[in-house]
Amino acid sequence: MSLSLNKNPMPEQEPKVRAKNFAEVSLGYTEELAKAEAARCLQCKAAPCRKGCPVQVDIPAFIKEVKEGNMDVAIAKIKEVNSLPAVCGRVCPQEEQCEKYCVLAKRGEAVGIGRLERYVADTARNKGESIAAIDYAPDAQKVAVIGSGPAGLAVAGDLAKKGYKVTIFEALHLPGGVLMYGIPEFRLPKDEVVQVEINNLRKLGVEIVVNAVIGSTFTVDELMEEEGFDAVFIGTGAGLPYFMGVPGENLNGVYSANEFLTRCNLMKAYRFPECGTPIHVGKKVAVVGGGNVAMDGARTALRLGADRSYIVYRRSEAELPARLEEIHHAKEEGIDFQFLTAPTAVIGNKDGWVTGLQCVRMELGEPDASGRRRPIEIPNSEFVLEVDTVIIAIGQGPNPLVQSTTKGLDTNKKGNIAAHEETGVTSKPGVFAGGDIVTGAATVILAMGAGKKAAAAIDSYLQEKKAK
Amino acid sequence: MYKILVKQQLAPSVQLFEVEAPLIAKKAKPGQFVILRVNDQGERIPLTIADFNREKGSVTLIFQEVGASTVELGRLQQGDFLLDLVGPLGKPTHIEKFGTVVCVGGGIGIAPVYPIARGLKEAGNEVISIIGARSEDILIYEEEMAAVSDQLIITTDDGSKGIKALVTQPLKELLDSDKTIGLVVAIGPVIMMKFVAETTRPYGVPTVVSLNPIMVDGTGMCGGCRVSVGQENKFACVDGPEFDAHKVDFESLMARQRMYKPHEKQHSEYIAGKREEGCKCHSH
Ligand SMILES: Cc1cc2nc3c(=O)[nH]c(=O)nc-3n(C[C@H](O)[C@H](O)[C@H](O)COP(=O)(O)OP(=O)(O)OC[C@H]3O[C@@H](n4cnc5c(N)ncnc54)[C@H](O)[C@@H]3O)c2cc1C
Ligand SMILES: Cc1cc2nc3c(=O)[nH]c(=O)nc-3n(C[C@H](O)[C@H](O)[C@H](O)COP(=O)(O)OP(=O)(O)OC[C@H]3O[C@@H](n4cnc5c(N)ncnc54)[C@H](O)[C@@H]3O)c2cc1C
Ligand code: SF4
Ligand code: SF4
Ligand code: FES
Ligand SMILES: [Mg+2]
Repeated sequence: MSLSLNKNPMPEQEPKVRAKNFAEVSLGYTEELAKAEAARCLQCKAAPCRKGCPVQVDIPAFIKEVKEGNMDVAIAKIKEVNSLPAVCGRVCPQEEQCEKYCVLAKRGEAVGIGRLERYVADTARNKGESIAAIDYAPDAQKVAVIGSGPAGLAVAGDLAKKGYKVTIFEALHLPGGVLMYGIPEFRLPKDEVVQVEINNLRKLGVEIVVNAVIGSTFTVDELMEEEGFDAVFIGTGAGLPYFMGVPGENLNGVYSANEFLTRCNLMKAYRFPECGTPIHVGKKVAVVGGGNVAMDGARTALRLGADRSYIVYRRSEAELPARLEEIHHAKEEGIDFQFLTAPTAVIGNKDGWVTGLQCVRMELGEPDASGRRRPIEIPNSEFVLEVDTVIIAIGQGPNPLVQSTTKGLDTNKKGNIAAHEETGVTSKPGVFAGGDIVTGAATVILAMGAGKKAAAAIDSYLQEKKAK
Repeated sequence: MYKILVKQQLAPSVQLFEVEAPLIAKKAKPGQFVILRVNDQGERIPLTIADFNREKGSVTLIFQEVGASTVELGRLQQGDFLLDLVGPLGKPTHIEKFGTVVCVGGGIGIAPVYPIARGLKEAGNEVISIIGARSEDILIYEEEMAAVSDQLIITTDDGSKGIKALVTQPLKELLDSDKTIGLVVAIGPVIMMKFVAETTRPYGVPTVVSLNPIMVDGTGMCGGCRVSVGQENKFACVDGPEFDAHKVDFESLMARQRMYKPHEKQHSEYIAGKREEGCKCHSH
């Protein structure tokens, strides 16, 4: 049997159709497709793919089980290290991680590791996983987890399985972090995938307290001194939106991507007025930035009814930081990419509404500190993109609330919590941190990986504490 | 779920809810607010903590029914539950002994001024309060304000109670008198706060206003509540809601508050239509 150089394509909704709805773009492999894709894997002894995965999923092992139809074994293999495979299979930047190192990528396309991971996870979930509640010891130690994004969920799952009583505190009214408020429904279904995973944690016995802002409702010190928690994990993410600092940014019709996406995803503004939170879209939308967040903004705008949705990015296509698949999908859906373009001002009318985005064209010069070629303004290249909505997706920083209310918790220059990379240990005894709040905005799997490492470190810390 | 312990109508379309929320009551300070949701389809509604009772574990919210979500809120009865309630949010009012302070409350803004006036009084200040409303029937919290003020001045637009004037008139008289005023706190409609700022500016009297831009999360995550203060962008939910009145760009705040006018009308019509159909789906 000669193996195809190409991945088995995953069935998806037609671009024209899906650009007008919020249902998931990709429909997932069928059993036949999954087995055919699994058959492409060469089962390499050295498994170079594994070193590209931040949590080192045993890729050849689980793929072998898929090929042989043992889905129960496949899911167990993945879940040894990855508690959210249905999420990672959908949103990991595989071309930068596992699939980048697949030997098949040298001659053709890598094995569709993400697609297979997703298939295995979806199959297990659809079958209905039976989860037994943990029988906690009466003297089980208590751990507080702040934030319910992938970092917090990973910590909670691992520690609960070790017999610790875990309580997650989440500021918003629904748990999940960016998985709920940021990444859109059409990439990551909320009720069918995210909340199912979170409910599985609840079934284990993890308590989730929503509407609890740590730093206000409780401080970290109060959790430890008054509420009886033996250790605290901080996974509050990179939730503070950056603005451009150009004139006109407070005009009506200018959003941070966080606000635009939160209104749509968390508050379900796409079902307005049945759901009460409004969102403004207009006919033409410009999204500033080139990452996943920007793609999500631009594609969401199309689905909310915009006729034209631009991505305004100051470097060239080669530097786009978004996942390849998202760029591909965005193009298919008709997103208009304005590369080498930088905004200089938002233009408005006398009523305070956006009418355009003033930009300049750029060219690439010498590489900068990040190794990417620095964009340089082309003189006299100003022009105005006529739009009635502007979405700013140029990055997010750390929310300072927990850091500023916790004694003895060190931060770095950017305001991120200083924590040991391998353990999450912070400057404050008993307090651990991981995910975007430590690294700055990164990825779901890195946040989960940090959570897993911290869980192991918290376990040793608490064992020692108990022994004393 | 957060139980409504007391419901009271204060004026036409102004309601008071005392809500069971021990964690919030334990922490609440004057100047802070909460965000609540009535039901699963509901908006996140920010409301100031008008009062709190730490022993009872409750907070008092006073709101005006101005649109679909506050009307929905007003339909809840004593004994019903709020689905979500989070807080206390925002920075508390900076309270210290300033000497003589003037607390100005306009309309529904009288409610949030009350705990601040009380806090300032407890800190040993001489508190002069000016409260204003369009007419007597919608004037709220008169007795409460009287109890925490050394002097209470009432204004109404139509003269049905107190002086027929805007709140800025007695304020200007106080500024012109031989009293040394250490601080002015003003909460009410944006236009009122703007005129209070203009009134005190020539006298150089420190003036604090509490801003109510449109909010979503209330935790500093969305940036929707950004206001321009002294040429700098601030997030009202975490950097405020109180700011130096002399530095606030009120014009831009007012424009931003109008952002969803057409949507708000559509939402109200939708909710009214639902109610006519007798549909129960939004009242669970
Ligand atoms: C729009 C968007 C698209 C993305 N797309 C991808 C993608 O395709 N692939 C990928 O790998 N990554 C993607 N990312 C990045 C990824 O989502 C993040 O790196 C990841 O979610 C970080 O996880 P975390 O657990 O550190 O924090 P978060 O997911 O940010 O969760 C933090 C949680 O903590 C809560 N919190 C904050 N402060 C407090 C407090 N004081 N008290 C209580 N709770 C608090 C927040 O409300 C939030 O729920 C995307 C990000 C965004 C915004
Ligand atoms: C910090 C803060 C404290 C507040 N305290 C009080 C209070 O104690 N009592 C009270 O009656 N009102 C208070 N408000 C205002 C109250 O939140 C709004 O009246 C309410 O959200 C309107 O919702 P609606 O759907 O009923 O009306 P809509 O018809 O949707 O809106 C009417 C007007 O209310 C404002 N508004 C709408 N949505 C929001 C939102 N999400 N956030 C803020 N403003 C909005 C807009 O200016 C809008 O034009 C406060 C607002 C803030 C930000
Ligand atoms: S978790 Fe992500 S990186 Fe690791 S194998 Fe799965 S898709 Fe690849
Ligand atoms: S490198 Fe590719 S072919 Fe080899 S084991 Fe990994 S996935 Fe299979
Ligand atoms: S309401 Fe979202 S940042 Fe203030
Ligand atoms: Mg509303």
